Amino acid sequence: MAFLDNLINGISLGSIYAVIALGYTLVYGIAKMLNFAHGDVIMVGGYVVFTAMITWELSPWIAVIMAIVACTLLGIVIEKVAYKPLRKASSLSVLITAIGVSYFLQNMALLIFKEKPKVFTSVINIPKISLFDGKVVIKGETTAAIIASIIIVVGLSLFVNHTQKGRAMLAVSEDKDAAQLMGINVNSTISLTFAIGSGLAAVAGVLLCSSYPTLSNTTGAMPGIKAFVAAVFGGIGSIPGAMIGGILIGVIEILGRAYISPQLADAIVFAVLILVLIIKPTGILGKKVNEKV
Amino acid sequence: MKFAKKFMALSLAAVMAGSCLTACGDSSKSDAKSGGDENTIVIGGSGPLTGSAAQYGVAVKNAAQLAVDEINEAGGVNGVKFKLVFEDDEADGGDKAVNAYNSLRDKGMQVMLGTVTTGSCLAVIDKTKSDNIFQITPSASAQDVIKNDNTFQVCFTDPNQGKASADYIADNGIAKKIAVIYDSSDAYSSGIYNTFKSEASEKGLDIVAEQSFTKDSKTDFSAQISAAKSADADLIFLPIYYQEASLILAQCKSADYSPKFFGCDGLDGILAVENFDKSLAEGVMLLTPFAADAEDEATQKFVKAYKAKYNDETPNQFAADAYDGVKIIAKLVEKESVKGDMSASDICDKLKKAITDGFSYDGLTGKGMTWSTDGAVSKNPKAVVIKDGNYSALDK
Repeated sequence: MAFLDNLINGISLGSIYAVIALGYTLVYGIAKMLNFAHGDVIMVGGYVVFTAMITWELSPWIAVIMAIVACTLLGIVIEKVAYKPLRKASSLSVLITAIGVSYFLQNMALLIFKEKPKVFTSVINIPKISLFDGKVVIKGETTAAIIASIIIVVGLSLFVNHTQKGRAMLAVSEDKDAAQLMGINVNSTISLTFAIGSGLAAVAGVLLCSSYPTLSNTTGAMPGIKAFVAAVFGGIGSIPGAMIGGILIGVIEILGRAYISPQLADAIVFAVLILVLIIKPTGILGKKVNEKV
Repeated sequence: MKFAKKFMALSLAAVMAGSCLTACGDSSKSDAKSGGDENTIVIGGSGPLTGSAAQYGVAVKNAAQLAVDEINEAGGVNGVKFKLVFEDDEADGGDKAVNAYNSLRDKGMQVMLGTVTTGSCLAVIDKTKSDNIFQITPSASAQDVIKNDNTFQVCFTDPNQGKASADYIADNGIAKKIAVIYDSSDAYSSGIYNTFKSEASEKGLDIVAEQSFTKDSKTDFSAQISAAKSADADLIFLPIYYQEASLILAQCKSADYSPKFFGCDGLDGILAVENFDKSLAEGVMLLTPFAADAEDEATQKFVKAYKAKYNDETPNQFAADAYDGVKIIAKLVEKESVKGDMSASDICDKLKKAITDGFSYDGLTGKGMTWSTDGAVSKNPKAVVIKDGNYSALDK
């Protein structure tokens, strides 16, 4: 029974990682850059919901929509200001800029919302499911996270593969110059990618803060890193891969904590990552791409 | 791989740059020992003003300032006034604490009030020892903190808290089957846990689940709670800080699990967390030497002055410890007729002898507090229970 409980907790944590990992993987797959500020956009989303719900006393749904809009705009602004000027620069410069953006967001949040962590009120209003006389409880947040991640995976796959904008994204990811020759606006396509990725970050922020009701300026940092691992684990650039990777990382983390050692839980997660990368360097669902010279 | 190498090189470069900076900090430390103004003694405080433990540091800083202002308004002691300088160490157990200490030295610190948290304190005690600075910490409660002869505590030590908690639970028959959730990466939490465990087995309490977490994974407690729940524990002992505790309370509730909770002074502050659902903390018991609703005159006066000065916030135990800390320093300064132009080292020699030599202090956090040469304070811990969103006394 305890095992089932732990497994459900793992899936719950894992589906939050999955939603975050989807943002990472989308941006990497199309813009070919690691947006290390992704985790901090999650934190911004959390603060927007907090402000709207607690300070302005708006309804949870409006707060969530405001967060999605705010994060989408933030994503576009970050891309325009920090990454676009570096389009032709080496990937290392872009990576360092991303780390810079991450610290910038964290410290802005510290300035605006001060040092005391806030307690978040869950926006999710799904009744919990009690099994086996209350020995195993599936929280409303868990149900919401699983449903949200499934909807996002299906929606994103349909969007990327079956709409004009989505195919433009695929073309840009394949070859930017050729895509431009075919009449695709590369800059607006990359902006769209960031907009969607950051919108997903807002959803992830809502799910994360509802499940673990605390909010500080570093709330997004560690989940961001874990979700990055999940994206690599599932095969970075692959949408279903991010989902599978996220859930596996969540389950491994919780089971490791419950049955091996709480101190080693994170080490186990990263050890599994190393193993996967040794056996299958492109991740579980990653495609092998020959490096173009 | 190429990316990994570059990243590696980058982080190594950052580490080297960092270590260079700390080295510079050490060598450039100006010799502030030779004192300054005859009529001003500089008290240096160090604690977390930002980060997850900020509530403690801010409370200590505010209350210390309040105490300093009160003393100065009353004309100082023997004509000597105090000046408080405070640095943020972010409750870090490494460079940040040392850097905060170095800047305090640069600012002419002669007596140290701090640090607020155990981890940071352990990082600086050997420095205060080699610089020979009188150090009194309001709230760093590990036993190792006071291993040097120049360091003293206002709060009681961790072993005392762990033992007292086990005694309290056993003597009052609060629970039989106990689960513990503690932070194994934190000296404060593990320190209390260890003495709790040995005292509990002596008192015949049954510890059915021992669960830990680390500072890198302190949001998800589902595995720990699941273990406590399946072991059928009727009380969870939480020798941890309030932020994690508030998450544990919330997650227990959503897992439909409602044991009793018992904590130590680290839980103090939980009611002041913004937007915290106070009903979650209803019935939580904790050991703390200070309750803001106590009716004695000294407490009432302190709470009133603190509220008036700091936006109507209710002072917590850390504030009371810090207030006592400054007043203790002032009393010692008075007793030894210390002047502001003495060097920090001379002041230290005088004060550390004076505090153990028949000195006794009646403060907010205890009556007749005395210190032994090992630096520990002698006073008794008291238990409170959270009732209707407030502390109320739970006397034996």
